[in-house]
Amino acid sequence: MLSRVADSIYWLNRYVERAENIARFVDVNLNLLLDSPVVMTQQWAPLVMTTGDLDLFKQRYGEPNADKVIHFLTFDPSYSNSIISCLQAARENARSIREIISSEMWEQVNTFYLMVKDASQAQPFAQLPSFFAEVKMASHLFVGVTDATMSHNEGWHFGRLGRLIERADKTARILDVKYFILLPEVNYVGTAIDELQWIALLKSASGYEMYRKRQRRISPTDVAKFLILDREFPRSIQFCLLQAEHSLYQITQSSPGTWTNLAERTLGRLRSELDFITVEEIIQMGLHEFLDHIQTELNHVGHQISETFFAVELVKSSS
Amino acid sequence: MQFDQYNPGDFYDELFVTKGQPRPEAALLIERINSLSIEELQQRQQAAQNALFKLGVTFNVYSDNQGTERILPFDIIPRILSNQEWAWLERGLKQRIHALNLFLTDIYSDQKILKDSIIPRALIESASGFLKACIGLTPPQGIWCHVTGTDLVRDRNGQWYVLEDNLRCPSGVSYVLENRRVMKTTFPQVFGRMNIAPVDDYASQLLDALLNLAPPGLPEPTVVVLTPGMYNSAYFEHSFLAQQMGVELVEGRDLVVADGYLQMRTTKGLKRVDVIYRRIDDDFIDPLTFRADSMLGVPGLMDVYRAGRLAIANAPGTGVADDKVIYSYVPQMIRYYLGEDQILPNVPTFLCWESEQQKHVLNNLDQLVVKAAGESGGYGMLVGPHATPEQRAEFAGKIQTNPRNYIAQPTLCLSRVPTLFGDRFEGCHVDLRPYILYGKEIYVNPGGLTRVALRRGSLVVNSSQGGGSKDTWIVD
Repeated sequence: MLSRVADSIYWLNRYVERAENIARFVDVNLNLLLDSPVVMTQQWAPLVMTTGDLDLFKQRYGEPNADKVIHFLTFDPSYSNSIISCLQAARENARSIREIISSEMWEQVNTFYLMVKDASQAQPFAQLPSFFAEVKMASHLFVGVTDATMSHNEGWHFGRLGRLIERADKTARILDVKYFILLPEVNYVGTAIDELQWIALLKSASGYEMYRKRQRRISPTDVAKFLILDREFPRSIQFCLLQAEHSLYQITQSSPGTWTNLAERTLGRLRSELDFITVEEIIQMGLHEFLDHIQTELNHVGHQISETFFAVELVKSSS
Repeated sequence: MQFDQYNPGDFYDELFVTKGQPRPEAALLIERINSLSIEELQQRQQAAQNALFKLGVTFNVYSDNQGTERILPFDIIPRILSNQEWAWLERGLKQRIHALNLFLTDIYSDQKILKDSIIPRALIESASGFLKACIGLTPPQGIWCHVTGTDLVRDRNGQWYVLEDNLRCPSGVSYVLENRRVMKTTFPQVFGRMNIAPVDDYASQLLDALLNLAPPGLPEPTVVVLTPGMYNSAYFEHSFLAQQMGVELVEGRDLVVADGYLQMRTTKGLKRVDVIYRRIDDDFIDPLTFRADSMLGVPGLMDVYRAGRLAIANAPGTGVADDKVIYSYVPQMIRYYLGEDQILPNVPTFLCWESEQQKHVLNNLDQLVVKAAGESGGYGMLVGPHATPEQRAEFAGKIQTNPRNYIAQPTLCLSRVPTLFGDRFEGCHVDLRPYILYGKEIYVNPGGLTRVALRRGSLVVNSSQGGGSKDTWIVD
């Protein structure tokens, strides 16, 4: 397929997934704060910190509070990772490849975009939780429509590759929110509040019910294990890496266990690292440090995918 | 009874013979509409518009740098034509396209029609659409105009005329297909009871016409649609047609000439392209041959075309045949190449480069429509009766400075179709653009795009000037 088209379908999926995960971010924080003692209700800076854009935020908004942070992450059109910006970018990408994706996919992206745009003009703060639920559902609808109406061809695999790399990265960041929230009050570790927080976190990753089926008891180590290493839960990092790798190999037709380009090598190495690591080793290394490492590697994979498939060198390939 | 108050007045109305008396082919629809409440009609109108917006059937507004998209306003009352009348129009269109294609073949090779003094040589050589670079070229299968959108109008007496031939990159067919899709959900019962000619095979016919041009012996020729990009006003249509045909939509930056072929950049390296359906004007397709500043085309594309390794639809050079001065010679072409009389008449046209006719035009500017010969889309045009004295003086000056570039025609009183305005119907002027494909045979998509002037009393149907569209039904 055309390099430009592969690029667009990859980013279309990344942006939709990113919008969904921003909604999860804000949601996890809202949930955590609702269940927290009053002293913690101003924990909004950590949320921006996990996006990596705290400096940018402070330049524009000053000190973080709920209204400012939610506006920044949700409706700020000048912030490129806000939900509305993601949807705008997703829609632009979809518009440039409408003949590749199914009409149903386009309709869903377009409807999704218009829904967020309408919400950004209304903005009743009281209805925000239902708004984030709608964003999540719209994203799920997009994925479902994609799976059910588009041939699972090269383009579809580029889309899934983009979506899962984005999701792996964002699950890492959602876990990190807890880390930042905990920082000021280490005393809470192991208390009832702590357990409530972990539950809220699992719920925000749509993982609470599935976690219960697997682990029953809530413990920080088990939650980390579930969200990082579980091979069956579709939002766990390892699940994402396995599926992303599968799509990458479908695209290149390389044999499993080998690599023909840097994207395959970096992704394969990260996936096999998670195959054999234990959660105890992760905790020992430091959960935050480990999540940071995963995010760095995923960034590399992203660059390498772009160099391998989207920026086709003329000289190299004229055969 | 929604139509009780509707009066066609002193106009040719496409749905009514006189007040209260529908044309036979429209009777069923009128009966159905009369059975609905006005609120219900308004609701369906709104639902249809919403559906089009949701489907993204939009055009971009050039002047608006926000990248705003708008839908072409859509009216749910269709224009209806009887089968018999359509059969006659179809014959006329096929005859016309046949003759125009023979003209293009001739004008870029032997130029017999010039040698026999049917058309003055000076007119051809001064036509902006005449491309010297195409002289001596024979496009695959001898076909030049693969896709044509011919504008037809009907005057106060019900007489049909050809207003202009669009042989370069006519747009609008996507509205025909999507309007129909929406209408089926708007009036499902009517579709069940009336025998309305389907339009859906357009994409298959277009693909066949394009595949017909591929070099012989290729098991799977690659066909692409070439678009200027997503900011072009007709981008939706480019992408829609590529999708409906299942071919790649490419931009100039996706293409490169390598190893003597046109190739596209893919995730697995370069891939050869055999046929392009281009939606970019001649001037822009190859900066090495035509406009050097074009960023939209592909350097070297014309060399590949000349070498016979690429088919281009429409063929470069077709613009000479829709020059508005050349247009006035189409009846002569039909006689010259086919030995037949024209079926569809032209609008009487005054050519300003002839001094007698120019004098007549200048003396009657307040009654005529003046058009620039090489323009389209309603640009470079003066509607005399609606113009100010200053505008008329300005055009008089232009005509005298560059007489070759102007023609004038009487102001036609276009036929009308009832159109929903708020809570009642008003007659609005319409034209009709059928789409004609030249593949193995000539095919005319049944119906076409009915464009409607939505500003009260306006005769201008172009989307840039407040025009909208209607579905067009050919019925038994």
